Amino acid sequence: MTTYDHNDDTQTTTDSTAAAISGEAVTMPMQLAPPSAGIDSAERQGNAVEPESLPKVFNLEELQVYYGSHHAVRDVSMAVCANQITAFIGPSGCGKTTVLRCFNRMNDLIAGARVEGLLAYHGVDLYSAEVNPVEVRRRIGMVFQKPNPFPKSIYENVAYGPRIAGIKKKSELDDIVERSLVQAALWEEVKNRLKASALGMSGGQQQRLCIARAVAVSPEVILMDEPCSALDPIATSRIEDLMLELKSEFTIVIVTHNMQQAARVSDVTAFYSTEVNPDGDLRTGLLVEMAPTVDIFSNPSDELTEQYISGRFG
Amino acid sequence: MSATIPARSTQTGPDMQEALRGGTLSGGRKAKNHVASGLMVLAFLAAAIPLVVMGASVVSQGYRAVLSGSWWTQPIPETGRSDLANNQNLSDLGFGTPSDAGASSSVVLGMAPAIVGTLLTVLGAAALAIPLGIMGAVYLHEYGKNNWLAKFIRFMADVMTGVPSVVMGVFIYTIWVLPRGVDGKSAWAAALALACLMLPIVVRSTEEMLRLVPDNLREASAALGTHTWKTTVKVVLPAAIAGITSGSLLAVARAAGETAPVVFVIGFVTTVNASFSGANTTLSAQIYGQQQAGGVLAQDLAWGAALTLVIIVLALTLIARRISRRFELS
Ligand SMILES: Nc1ncnc2c1ncn2[C@@H]1O[C@H](COP(=O)(O)OP(=O)(O)OP(=O)(O)O)[C@@H](O)[C@H]1O
Ligand SMILES: [Mg+2]
Repeated sequence: MTTYDHNDDTQTTTDSTAAAISGEAVTMPMQLAPPSAGIDSAERQGNAVEPESLPKVFNLEELQVYYGSHHAVRDVSMAVCANQITAFIGPSGCGKTTVLRCFNRMNDLIAGARVEGLLAYHGVDLYSAEVNPVEVRRRIGMVFQKPNPFPKSIYENVAYGPRIAGIKKKSELDDIVERSLVQAALWEEVKNRLKASALGMSGGQQQRLCIARAVAVSPEVILMDEPCSALDPIATSRIEDLMLELKSEFTIVIVTHNMQQAARVSDVTAFYSTEVNPDGDLRTGLLVEMAPTVDIFSNPSDELTEQYISGRFG
Repeated sequence: MSATIPARSTQTGPDMQEALRGGTLSGGRKAKNHVASGLMVLAFLAAAIPLVVMGASVVSQGYRAVLSGSWWTQPIPETGRSDLANNQNLSDLGFGTPSDAGASSSVVLGMAPAIVGTLLTVLGAAALAIPLGIMGAVYLHEYGKNNWLAKFIRFMADVMTGVPSVVMGVFIYTIWVLPRGVDGKSAWAAALALACLMLPIVVRSTEEMLRLVPDNLREASAALGTHTWKTTVKVVLPAAIAGITSGSLLAVARAAGETAPVVFVIGFVTTVNASFSGANTTLSAQIYGQQQAGGVLAQDLAWGAALTLVIIVLALTLIARRISRRFELS
């Protein structure tokens, strides 16, 4: 077991990812960086790129989510590609948050939540028995709808994840905190009050702090659930700019209710909707269509999508 | 639009002052308001009377003993024994007249053994019950949630809270004191009984405090790849520490005042025994024992012990408040 070498050239990405997220490996997430080296920067610009040409980070097949007996989302099949921003849009209650929280197994925290079907991350089924959800969440970070900084100092908020991952050296933590705050476009505003409580910041600053906190553990993917819904237009546009910058390094999946936001930032858009169950009044969400954002907004192939985008439904 | 409410929109200066003072309320409503306020003040006074009377009598009867220089350092005078106090004339014993018995110079008033015993038993009980109670609450709220075991423990804790404290004393007497015979009675046995009493209080109050910690903090921590136990230690407990501390200290204060579970299992001494083993005594046991003994000196000792206990409990309560306020500020 001790002779097992994770850097062995003969190993495939899939193997090492599987070993790592099942908790066997002590490698840092950084070392599991996505195989993005082959994509040149022109392709990363996004919108014009055919998604099929990019490496797939997530692959979903017939994903079903239940809350107790409520079939909340059914038959979601899609692929999320590396270094793209994928937006989830759709009417309230159609399961956007639910699907997003499957990606890093946050639904495990909800009693009664159950997932069926395939959700593969670099080819590893995240819901197979050997996978350790804690390892999954180290690689797939999340930013929540409501800013939720810890009631600690700004510094401690950002240093929290790296500390949990085992980094103890002060100088190393200082570097990570600075780099993360710079990436989150917050450094200039807070560099002189890193010891101040994070709760004393404005909502927009708090949300950027949460992004810095997520970025600090060097995840491969960042999931964002309506990250701007509590923010004013200026803070929103800052975070949108931020997402476009972060996308060169991270794969981003964002839920939004703001059609313009989806159009502005995302490369690919997935439109969800609901259908009324024949047996009972609870609704089940489903993926209606997923396509490059330009196509979704210029000529959606589904009538529902067209109605939703033009504001006639939802 | 303003034409429909001219009377109000044109109010200025003194008119507006009058309006804001409520001068425009009708007489009937004003009267009702006064009656209701009056009743509430009366209710408050009625509630305060027993408190004030009790406080005043404890202080007035106990202050001489407590202020005597020897009280906090000297052994308990042997008069606590009923054979001494009950059957003899106090003046024969050299106590002076009953009215100044406490101030009598021929008897050294002391309560040090009971003060030491109280601190010892309460500390022991706190050391047992608080960590266990907090861990139990963490299990209930962070792990067990609504599974059958958590529900069962919660139910048992509720039942235990309602059990009369004397039952805890009998319980410890049976399982701890009896098997050890004469050596069984000790501060440790009393600490065990008080810990049984405190445990359910600590569990339930801590669980309430954990419930107040917003779930989004737990989610934020989990989303960074943190195990539940680490989230609990690094985020949840620090966020709830103020409430947990004050809840625990209130349980301690309550245990400090308990008599029934203690008198069964602590034995009797009149000299300081600063160890968990061997017979000991506490303030509450002294209040009970001296009061039973009868006689003026014994009464003075009982009142003095009562005031001392009130002071200790008050100090604990103030510390609890201080701590929770400090945590709230930071
Ligand atoms: N914790 C939960 N327990 C039980 N049911 C839930 C839970 N969370 C969501 N649901 C149900 O799942 C369905 C989808 O909810 P979800 O929150 O994913 O919708 P959404 O698309 O994110 O909506 P919104 O745009 O309003 O945020 C809803 O019917 C909701 O009632
Ligand atoms: Mg949602």
